[in-house]
Amino acid sequence: MKAPRLFAALVLLLLALAPAARAVSDPAEMLPNPAEERRAEALGEQLRCLVCQNESIEQSDADLAKDLRRIIRQRIAAGESDRQIMDWMVARYGNFVRLDPPFDAMTLVLWGAPVLALGGGLGVALLLRRRGPAPPPQPPLTDAERMRLAELTEAGPPAR
Amino acid sequence: MAVATRRRLLLLAPLAAAAAGGGAFTALLVRMQEGTYDPHALPSPLVGKPLPRFDLPGQPPSPGFSNADVTAARRPAIVNFFASWCVPCVQEAPALALVKAAGIPLWGIAYKDQPEKTAQFLAENGDPYVRVARDQTGLVAINFGLYGVPESYLVDADGIVRWRWAGGLSGDIIRQDLMPRVKALA
Repeated sequence: MKAPRLFAALVLLLLALAPAARAVSDPAEMLPNPAEERRAEALGEQLRCLVCQNESIEQSDADLAKDLRRIIRQRIAAGESDRQIMDWMVARYGNFVRLDPPFDAMTLVLWGAPVLALGGGLGVALLLRRRGPAPPPQPPLTDAERMRLAELTEAGPPAR
Repeated sequence: MAVATRRRLLLLAPLAAAAAGGGAFTALLVRMQEGTYDPHALPSPLVGKPLPRFDLPGQPPSPGFSNADVTAARRPAIVNFFASWCVPCVQEAPALALVKAAGIPLWGIAYKDQPEKTAQFLAENGDPYVRVARDQTGLVAINFGLYGVPESYLVDADGIVRWRWAGGLSGDIIRQDLMPRVKALA
């Protein structure tokens, strides 16, 4: 009786803590303006930590990620747009730094894959639908066949 | 007859697709084994672009240097980032001695390191550099697109970055990647 309640409380506590699970723990790192800080966090979440590679720089505790977080905040405070900051990062680290890759010649297959798969499926469906002409009509049953059918369905011999 | 042929072709289609996929996969594996394709390679957007602008203080007794100093001699050179706290940098030291012996000027940048520790590192592992500068904040390194130390950038006579190697140089990499590129630039 007590254990499930304790467990539920623990889950709730973890859920409450989850959104706070980022590496920016030092309030001195944050921008004083909450709107600007939110922009910085949103940008940081779109950028790959180059050291750990599967984390965003907002989540990572790597030294380089800290440096990049600081640069984002300095640039936001200096009045740069999100686009300008993103371009600055891509100029140095390439599109690899973006966790959300842009649509270009290199990522054509990546972004096009769902369309290709859908197209392929439609093609197969169409092919199956118009598979050759309809089969020729069956000749009528012979007497022997009729008898056999009657036997099978146990309905007695057919009336003539 | 025509329908039967079409059906047979349709049956072959998945086989052909599987064969094409298998062929491409084998080609990838072969190229990985040959070393001509590395899925972990980190492409540098700096390649083909001029060396980033910087002007860093020196690691005493070496004077500092700027990007203009690196290209002043108008011949291929290497900018190498290192740090005393970095283990691959210790392992890289013999390879850097080879680069120096090959007559390629090496410009060292100590990344986020303390001057005394850098001095000790150079005393223990050798100092193959023309000059050693200090990037205490690591901001110049970010302009290079640095992932970590060690990292090396080959610059041509015009100051254009031609090649970047993320990680420690080794005898094999120098023979297979660096020297052919330097020869092509000469």
